[in-house]
Amino acid sequence: MKYLCLICAEKVMEQMPHADADKHFEEYREFTNAIRRSGHYVGCNRLLPPDAASTVRVRDGRISVTDGPWVETKEQLGGYYLIEARDLNEAIQVAARIPGARFGCVEVRPVAEDLQTVRALGFDTQASTC
Amino acid sequence: MVAPDASSTAGPQALAAVRSKLEELYRSESRRVFATLVRLLGDFDLAEEGLHDAFRAALEQWPEQGMPTNPRAWLVSTGRYKAVDALRRRARFDFVEDLDDRPDPASEGGGDKDSLADSVEDDRLRLIFTCCHPILSAEAQIALTLREVCGLTTEEIARAFLTAPPTVAQRIVRAKARIRDARIPYAVPARAELPDRLDSVLRVIYLVFNEGYSASAGDSLTRAELSAEAIRLGRLLTELLPEPESIGLLALMLIQESRRAARTTPAGDLVLLDEQDRSLWRHDLIAEGTALVEHSLASGPAGPYALQAAIAAVHAEAPTAAATDWAQIVGLYDLLLQRYPSPVVELNRAVALAMRDGMAAGLAAIDAILMRGELADYHLAHAARADLCRRLGRNEEARAAYERALALTRQGPEQRFLERRLAALGP
Repeated sequence: MKYLCLICAEKVMEQMPHADADKHFEEYREFTNAIRRSGHYVGCNRLLPPDAASTVRVRDGRISVTDGPWVETKEQLGGYYLIEARDLNEAIQVAARIPGARFGCVEVRPVAEDLQTVRALGFDTQASTC
Repeated sequence: MVAPDASSTAGPQALAAVRSKLEELYRSESRRVFATLVRLLGDFDLAEEGLHDAFRAALEQWPEQGMPTNPRAWLVSTGRYKAVDALRRRARFDFVEDLDDRPDPASEGGGDKDSLADSVEDDRLRLIFTCCHPILSAEAQIALTLREVCGLTTEEIARAFLTAPPTVAQRIVRAKARIRDARIPYAVPARAELPDRLDSVLRVIYLVFNEGYSASAGDSLTRAELSAEAIRLGRLLTELLPEPESIGLLALMLIQESRRAARTTPAGDLVLLDEQDRSLWRHDLIAEGTALVEHSLASGPAGPYALQAAIAAVHAEAPTAAATDWAQIVGLYDLLLQRYPSPVVELNRAVALAMRDGMAAGLAAIDAILMRGELADYHLAHAARADLCRRLGRNEEARAAYERALALTRQGPEQRFLERRLAALGP
């Protein structure tokens, strides 16, 4: 099963003192290497801070764009890991090792793998789902 | 299982052969390897990582280096090494976790590879006792046993118990934390403690079985698997710890399981014992169960599981419902009640009494139990009363009792059964 681990924290890299951010990057490098070695890794990305976000809506055929994320919370979405795990508890165990889990939180969401989703996303005809 | 990197220089055929061998090994050995790793590493999560890494390493190394002569020992020692290695790496970065809290895996005496693998069955027994430790709630014991001993996934457990996966996941995480915090020793209890601790293990196994056997709700296929898992656990326990009650429980489960095909219609409706097509019963399971009951009863004073198994065996050997040896069944219930008094057992005895001494005698016994109020809200008590009234031709009383039972049950097949009985009483 695939799980998406969404990392949320009050401060993202850009908002940390340089030395702290450097150390944090190093922790991420180590963690990501570890889950590549263990085979849990499917994909990951770090996101730029929410002030770089644009939110798009289409209403009555018109595009509207607003600044910032669509949801205002104290904790910001800073990045994600897509992982492969045997079950939810294994995914939780991997998520617990994400460095950001010690400062903010990590939301673990199972990736939908039902037939309708697989067909809608074209994964039934492609080799890769990532 | 996780796919390896495509960096292997071995041919695709060697890789495919190793992969299929490993899949087989994962099914047959992974829980054993896990149990030993828990002992060696002193920690569930670390053992799980070690297990995962060992299979991953096998997939990378075996195609080139060939299969080791003792794959299980290889997986144990690799898993242990990988877990210790991961712990060391992490120690450099992890500022929160207190490593001193854990037994040092590197210094743990374990001897050479062979002795590591030899004690593997004892490790499985240790794992069962740890998962069923009385400091954990019954729900946590069940979830932990199914995941760690049987190897079910969190999602499968959630589906079987009609619970949300995050709820089950949380139970498992908390149970592991409790085991760690309370420093529960990873051991088979000493002789003096054994009866109590074994009770809780047997209860967990029987709860798992019943969840799979009762037609309460959910997907019947998943449920049959749950019962099969409980029987597997029962066999394992009987093999490792052949106490009379372990054997009694296995016998009870086998004889009940023998009736699975006969106890529901293809549409999922309940068929009571006296109306079942006995040719659908699995006679291999009955024979095995009956032999086990006899063995259990011969090896000491009969416990509650052995006595219930004996009752089930008497039912199982009767060619028809009418030919059942009701006198023997009443006698066994008397024995059960004497040693383990319970109103539910009393109710079952009352039904057997009705068959032995007539419906009026059974009805008087049920009314005496209901009068005490203990089973006033138990739907089966009212259903049993209704059935006896119906057979006595006391239709008005029967109707009232069926209605009361119907109001108290939430299980679909039982509701449909009671509705059919009510309809059959006529207007």
